[in-house]
Amino acid sequence: MSSISTLFTPHHHLCDEAFADAEAAGAEGRWADAAAATARFSSLMEVHLRAEEDTLFPAFEAATGMTQGPTQVMRMEHGHVRALIQRMERALTAKDADEFAGAAETMLVLMQQHNLKEERMLYPMCDQALGGDGDLFAKLSAQLAP
Amino acid sequence: MSAALSFEQAPPLSVPHRFFLTGPLFGVAAGVLVALRGDEVVLSRWSMATFAAVHLVTVGFMLQVMCGALMQFLPVAAGANVWRPRLVAGVVHPSLTLGAVALTAGFLGAGADAMRAAVVLLGAGLTAFVAVTGLGLARSPAIGPTLLLLRSAVAALAVTAGLGVALAAIFAWGAALPLVQLVHLHAAWGLGGWALLLVIAVALLVVPMFQLTPPYPVRFSRGLGLAVAGALAAWTVGVVLDVAALDVVATSFGVGALGAFAVKTLHLQSKRRRKVLDTTVFAWRVGLGCLLVAGAALVALRLPLPALARARLEYLLGVALVAGAFPAMMAGMLYKIVGFIEWLHLQRVMAVPPTMQKVLPDARARWQWRVFTGAVLLLVGGALWPPLARLGGLGFAAACVILELHLISATRLYLRLSAAAALETPATP
Repeated sequence: MSSISTLFTPHHHLCDEAFADAEAAGAEGRWADAAAATARFSSLMEVHLRAEEDTLFPAFEAATGMTQGPTQVMRMEHGHVRALIQRMERALTAKDADEFAGAAETMLVLMQQHNLKEERMLYPMCDQALGGDGDLFAKLSAQLAP
Repeated sequence: MSAALSFEQAPPLSVPHRFFLTGPLFGVAAGVLVALRGDEVVLSRWSMATFAAVHLVTVGFMLQVMCGALMQFLPVAAGANVWRPRLVAGVVHPSLTLGAVALTAGFLGAGADAMRAAVVLLGAGLTAFVAVTGLGLARSPAIGPTLLLLRSAVAALAVTAGLGVALAAIFAWGAALPLVQLVHLHAAWGLGGWALLLVIAVALLVVPMFQLTPPYPVRFSRGLGLAVAGALAAWTVGVVLDVAALDVVATSFGVGALGAFAVKTLHLQSKRRRKVLDTTVFAWRVGLGCLLVAGAALVALRLPLPALARARLEYLLGVALVAGAFPAMMAGMLYKIVGFIEWLHLQRVMAVPPTMQKVLPDARARWQWRVFTGAVLLLVGGALWPPLARLGGLGFAAACVILELHLISATRLYLRLSAAAALETPATP
């Protein structure tokens, strides 16, 4: 069944895979691999965050009138995610293993608790409010496509 | 669907931290008590020293940490808003703290007045906590089996507390109630209901999330909940109506549930996509191993045994659950929870807040885990050679001292950095 949940949740897992590769490579001092995996992770995350901020959240806000609620908090957390990715990238440039591991672990917990709120609450709410919107679904599918 | 759902709802840092900073102190007291009176603890689950040691951990340490963690966790995991968390924590925390002190004092000979104080304090604190978290969970818009398990866990806490109050009334007012049956029910609902259900509910979320394992299958999760419910129902009816045959049913369901949970979690962890191994994974392994030991002890206790062997197995069961499984998993998670929520609060006031690793480095968690695991092994060894239990108590106290020192150092770092950030922020006109 096509739904916001089934579209966005697997994309979270793609991001997880790239993250796990980046973190492991950093922990083992394989800096070139860590840089490549972090770049892949960063790019996947940006695609994901953009699809939500530019398309999904505005549609949800228009349909429900909830502009200051969940989507606002999600946007704020997206800012935190971007800041931590930058921190991981700076640590990579400096080849600072401790800083990279610390930023990566914090990124993981932030990202996972963020995803949890989306998967358990926001996406089901979006499906309820926007479930029948085929054009929106097609647009989001195109945005998330590799 | 609640329009008021904000998705952030992280309570002020002081809300979870007051519980987290208090819990390990009771762990220290429990360890010291076992170090002093370990012989009585090994000898019988019915000794007053055992009652005191068990409640220092379950009410003093576990309940504190669980309440603090739930107040932090419920909004994120279940979208369950906790009503006025600062006020609730301001009532629940001192009630639980003083109540645990009074209860322990009551067991150790302070008399009926101490028990009466314990009834009032713990009764009031837990009523407030169950009411607020129960209401938040009842209104939750979240989906998935975790929500049902969390609701069941809080309901089991209410039952445990009710049974505990009835038991304390025997000591406090000489109430004519069946002590042995009530103890059987109280222990089953507290450890097998509240604690186990909560750990399962939390594991269903945090193991896949933070270790990047495959998820627990939904049918498996539902089956676990049903098995625990079946075990508690069979046990309760069996004890109340004195039907010995139901004992076997309860044991089958209970051991099946905790065994399946432990084996499945270890299996999922073996398939983790996250390659970096941190101490929390080791803490889970110790906790899950202790659950398997508890399951084996529960099965062995159904066999016809001489009194001494039965007493030793009961001691082993208690150690595996009360000193091993639950504290191991809680301590492992505390290092992550505290590190993350300090980062979460500090990034609001600083451009580059310390990462979780800077707040609580994994090397510290590993150090605590080693001492804790050694202590649990000594306590388990006490079932074979009782003097080891005293050493184990000392080790348990040491592990709790280390945990407390680490939490204090993390809190001081937070206070220092947030005060410095406040000084740098220009005052708003």
